[in-house]
Order: sequence, then structure tokens, then C-alpha cells
Amino acid sequence: MPTIANLKKGERAIIKQFSIDLVPLKLLEMGCLPGNEVFLVQTAPFRDPLYLNINGSHLAIRKDTAAQIEIELIS
Amino acid sequence: MAKQFNVALIGNPNTGKTSVFNRLTGLNQKVGNYPGITVEKKEGICKLDRGVKAHILDLPGTYSLNASSLDENVVIELMLNKNDKDYPDVAVVVCEIENLKRNLLLFTQIKDLGIPTILAINMSDRMKRKAISLDIEKLEERLETKIALISSRKNTGFDALKSLIANYKQISTKPCLDASVIAPEYFDQLRKTFPNQDLYKLWLVITQDVNFGKLDRNEFQGVGSFKTESKSNLKRLQQKETIKRYQFINEVLKETLEIDTANAKDFRSRLDRILTHKVWGYFIFFGILLLIFQAIFDWSGYPMDFIDESFASLSEWVKDTLPPGDFTNLLAEGVIAGLGGIVIFIPQIAFLFLFISVLEESGYMSRVVFLMDRVMRRFGLSGKSVVPLVSGTACAIPAVMATRNIENWKERLITILVTPFTTCSARLPVYLIIISLVIPEERVLGIFNLQGLTLMALYLLGFGAAIFSAYLLDKMLKIRSRSFFVIEMPNYKVPMPKNVLITVIEKTKSFVLGAGKIILAISIVLWVLASYGPGDFNNADEIVRQQNIGTSLTEEEIETEIASFKLEKSYIGILGKAIEPAVAPLGYDWKIGIAVISSFAAREVFVGTLATIYSVGSEEEETIKNRMAAEVIPGTNKPRFNFASGISLLLFYAFAMQCMSTLAIVKRETNSWKWPMWQLIGMSVIAYITALIAYQILN
Repeated sequence: MPTIANLKKGERAIIKQFSIDLVPLKLLEMGCLPGNEVFLVQTAPFRDPLYLNINGSHLAIRKDTAAQIEIELIS
Repeated sequence: MAKQFNVALIGNPNTGKTSVFNRLTGLNQKVGNYPGITVEKKEGICKLDRGVKAHILDLPGTYSLNASSLDENVVIELMLNKNDKDYPDVAVVVCEIENLKRNLLLFTQIKDLGIPTILAINMSDRMKRKAISLDIEKLEERLETKIALISSRKNTGFDALKSLIANYKQISTKPCLDASVIAPEYFDQLRKTFPNQDLYKLWLVITQDVNFGKLDRNEFQGVGSFKTESKSNLKRLQQKETIKRYQFINEVLKETLEIDTANAKDFRSRLDRILTHKVWGYFIFFGILLLIFQAIFDWSGYPMDFIDESFASLSEWVKDTLPPGDFTNLLAEGVIAGLGGIVIFIPQIAFLFLFISVLEESGYMSRVVFLMDRVMRRFGLSGKSVVPLVSGTACAIPAVMATRNIENWKERLITILVTPFTTCSARLPVYLIIISLVIPEERVLGIFNLQGLTLMALYLLGFGAAIFSAYLLDKMLKIRSRSFFVIEMPNYKVPMPKNVLITVIEKTKSFVLGAGKIILAISIVLWVLASYGPGDFNNADEIVRQQNIGTSLTEEEIETEIASFKLEKSYIGILGKAIEPAVAPLGYDWKIGIAVISSFAAREVFVGTLATIYSVGSEEEETIKNRMAAEVIPGTNKPRFNFASGISLLLFYAFAMQCMSTLAIVKRETNSWKWPMWQLIGMSVIAYITALIAYQILN
């Protein structure tokens, strides 16, 4: 299954699932929850960190965290 | 007169909470610390109708009641402690119109504590431009609260907010979410064990104690032993709670909020495309840094010269006006000379805080964090280390505190340990005065000022030392901690002048007052030590005249001889002579040695100390710089501050850990004396060795 780390600019996706122990609570509270929409805004060099729009919130996370969050592409 | 009541301002970071606070309280505010911890406490008074006054507390910004840092922990500590004198009668949760969904999460948590909670929706001036419409009445009904639509930028809606605050008793305290839906069985058990307690509060105490397990809460005694769930299971329940809350929020907003997403390609994304660009982003960042440093050195030179000269003439005026005696001497030579040493760098500190506060307020700092994270990680740091390293150029104390939002303990620890290498403003007076003494005022390639370049090189040296030692520490420290990194990328904002001004004034004031006390105390002690002495000191006049019988010295020259003889035989002279062997290989005499030693209290003491020591020895009133330039190595005509000893001093100050306050803060933030002690020893050894090598090669 693809993860947020595989997202390309302009693609939209829905968050499917992730292991609760590998993703910080703070990220959940900022809207990173199953069912919410995510898209890639910008990447830093080497695609790390990733600047995302999750559930309408703009935030940046590192690639290794992004690789824990499985998604399903839409559009 | 009505009793004053407590209002707590709560909100996510970047919602403009502090500017709401500034609007409500005006300049009627004070900044202090929470007892025992270094989290900044901002409180103020807001005048409401009919002479009623509200005490407003601006709590640290937080994304939720589940604290992940010391700052955020303050919020939950207060909200769970009904006996705290600041426990709010009413909470105002500040939200931002564009991030309403996320901001409401915290609102629902606060409301569930059973406190009347007002919702203040800020930045409402952006609604029209962003094509956002909100059904306030319906939202009030669904959230069972009162809403004030405000704009701190345009200063609208504050009368309405104030009247809501005044009438807080009419607001419903019904919770948004029934806590037991999170895990019915678990909460059932809780209810049976603690029949008289609020379930949600109990739940918070249990989950918080997992992270901060040191809390003593009278009301909730015995809760600590109630842990039937593993840490991982509790987190699962917290996730469930978050999902439930978002479900509620989504439902409510679906009925009340409309956003026209057609104009998504807005100012923000256009600016982001340039400022976070893989190439241009870095160019712009370094360009901004260059501009800041250039500006600080160019602009603050004028007020600094003015301050230096003013203090010299003030000291002279005091000597001429007051009756001669010990008190006048203490005032003119000890107190005024010492204070001049601190007041002189108010301009630079103010400029630095000004730039840093503009970078933070505008939202640009988060972009820098994003750009630098990957690079910084190579050196064992985090992108978030950029903020401490940049603000460390003002002062290491707020910089060390700014490391709190670094999630990874190892990255945070390394950042704390290396931050004092960055050139803080306390080093600046030392650098400036020594550079002006030993580096010729020439131009290189016709445009660059050689003195300016030296200063620039010292800044680079500081950053380089920080990065290099971070790299070594990363290899040496064996700490395993999970690497989490989450940062919000806030909307760009034009900084509000009032906010920036208040920050600059507050920070400069507390810095000057804090450092001022130390400097004042040290200069008085130094003056006493330099003005009195045992044995020969008291017969100086006789001894010197005896020695010079038959020589052709004029009366004036003899006076000078007596003065320097006295200084050498004074208590400080004896002390200085004792340490001279340790500093002589670095090219310093005992006077500089005393200044270096007293700088271990705070670096900026250096200039003040030399000013005090030299002014005791001389009759003429002059600026500090001229006095230093006039010092010669005894028996020669060579100036004491020459190229070799100057460079050696610069290097010593660049590396040495000479700041008690920073050590104290590091102790607090790392919760052990181990780290500040390593810092003190490690940095001082590096300083001594580099200064030694430099002097021995150059001399």
C-alpha cells in the first residue's frame, strides 16, 4: 500500500491506517486521522521533510514518519 | 466594587493569541515566570464596563490538553488545579478563522472541563478575501457557547468580546463530548472507583501522569494507582478520543462553515513556492541572515558611541559636582563605569530581538525549519535547532528555552549543549572594543571594512563551532530516542508593529535588568578590592617617592607611578598577580586576567571590569577604549592590546562558557548538573587551548 512518503505533488489521497506506536499523538491531534484528506504542498531537497496539507492544516513531517502512514489515492 | 475575576486565554500557536492579549490589556501587563520553572507567564488587567476588572492570563500556546512539552504542561496543570490562585472563572479559547477545524479540538477539550468557555474567532478580517462564511448563531447553538468574531489586526469585535467576558456566568458549562464514549467499560470502572470525580478530568490526570508522572494533586489522590491499561493502550484510547472529537467538530462545521475553495492558489502558496524552493529558499535565508548582521553592526554603532561618551562625561560630572570622598569615587569609578558597560549594548540587543521577533511573527521561521531539517540532522540536530541557533545571537537563555519544541530528546540535548557557542550579544561589546583596538580600520578590495569582516568571521566561527561540536556529540552520546518531528506551517502575516514593539521592550528590559544586577554587584566589589589593600598599599605615597629620590621625574609622573603602585598592591592586584601565571601564556596581564575571571559570571562584565580597574588607576576621565589603547606592557612601548593578545582574547571569548545564567538555565532544562558542568569544562578547555595556540604563534 502506498504511504504519504510516496505522494507526488498535486496528488490527493485519503489516510487509511498507521501503527499508533510509530506516529506521535500530536500529529493525530493536528488532523492526521484515518479518513482525512492529504496532499503534498512542497518537498525539501531529498524529499525530506515533506510539507503537507492534512485535513486543511499545513504541516511538515519527516519522511520516516510519512512512510508509516498508509494512504489511498483519489482523483 | 465587584471582585476581580480570572480569565485564561488559551489557544493553538499561530492564532494571534498574544495580540488578542495585547489588545485586551494594552500595556497594562507584566511578564514573569511560573514558580520553579522557566516558562514565561504573561498576565494583565482588562477594564470592563462599570469599573469591573478582569485579570487576564495568557497561557502558552498549545495544540491540545495532552501536553508534550513543559510549556504546554503549564496549561493542563492550571486547568486541573481548582486551588490555584489563577484558576480561571472563564476561559477564552482563541481560534483562527482559517484553521477553525483544528483549533476547535482544543476548544472542545477546554469546554469539557466544566469551565464557562468563550470562543473568540480571530482574523475575521480575512473572511471576505478567503470567501469564508460562518453561521455564528448556529455555531453558538451547536457548541453551546458564546462566540466573538474578532480581528486583532483591525481592532474589531473586542467590545463584544469584553461584554461576553463580563457576562460569563450566563454561559453553559455542558461538555461537548461525553468522555465515557471513548471506552465505555474502562470509564465505567473509573466511575465506580471515583464516584465523585469528573470523568474527563480523571482521564486527563491518568494520561498526563504517564508523561509527567511527578504531579501531586490533592483532589485526585489515588488516581496514580489506577492504571489498568498499558501505555500503548492508553494512546490508542487517546486516538479514539481525538477521532470522536473531530467527528463532532466536522458535523458542526458542515452545518455552519462554508469555504469557497476556488481561490486555493493564493498568496500563501505563491510565496511558499519561492521561500521553500530547493535552491532559492536557501539563498533567501542566507541573504536575510547577512542583511540582519550587516544592519546590526552598521546601525548600532552610532548610539553605542553616544552612550559610551555620555557615561564618561556623567562620571566626570559626578566627580566634579559631589564632594570628594569614598562615596563619590565608588559612584564615579565603580557604579557608573560598570553600568556604562551594560547600557552600551542596549541598541544591539534591541535590534536583534526586533529582527528575530519579525521572523517569528511573519511565519517565516517555520519555513526555515522546514528547509534546514535535513541538513541539520546530519549534525545530530533538528530543523527546529535553527531557531535556538539564530536567536542565540541575541542571548543563549531564551535560545535554550526555545529548544523545548524539539520532540527528540537527543536532538534537543545536543542543541542545548552547542547553542552557547553562537555569538550572543554579550560577546559583542568585548569583540567590538578589541577589534577596534587591534584590527586596522582598512578596506579590503575597496568595499569591505576589515573590522566588519573580522566580526563576521567571529560569527561564522561561533556557528561553525556549534555545528562541529554537535557532530562530535552526535557520535559520542549514546542516547536512543525516537525521532518525531511535526511542525505547523502557519499562514504568512505582516507582523503587527505593536506586538513586535512589546516583545522588543520586554526582552530588552529583562535582559538589561538581569545582567545589570550582576554587573552592578561585580563592579562595586571590584572597586572596593581595587581601592583598598593591605601593608604597602597604605604607604604607597612614601614608598614611591623614596624610590624616586634623585630621578628626574616630574610631579605628574610620580603621581602616575603612585597610582599604578597602589593598584598593584591593592587586594585585586594581589589576587590578579596570583592568577597571572595562568593567563600570561595567552598574552594577558593580571588586569585582563581579572576581567576574564569576572567574565565567568557574565561575559559583558569584561568591558565594565576593565573600565573600573583602569579608572581607579587614572585621574583623567576618558572613554573606555582610549584607556585600553593607552595601556602598555611595562618596560616597553608596546601596547598591551596588540594583534597577538587581541586575537587570543577574541578566540577565548568565542569559545569559553562564561555565563552563569546560561548554566543555570541548562541545569533547569536538562534537569541535571551533569550537562552544564560538561559544558563549562569542555568549552573553557577549548577556549584556553585555542587562545594559547593563537598567541604563541602570532607573538
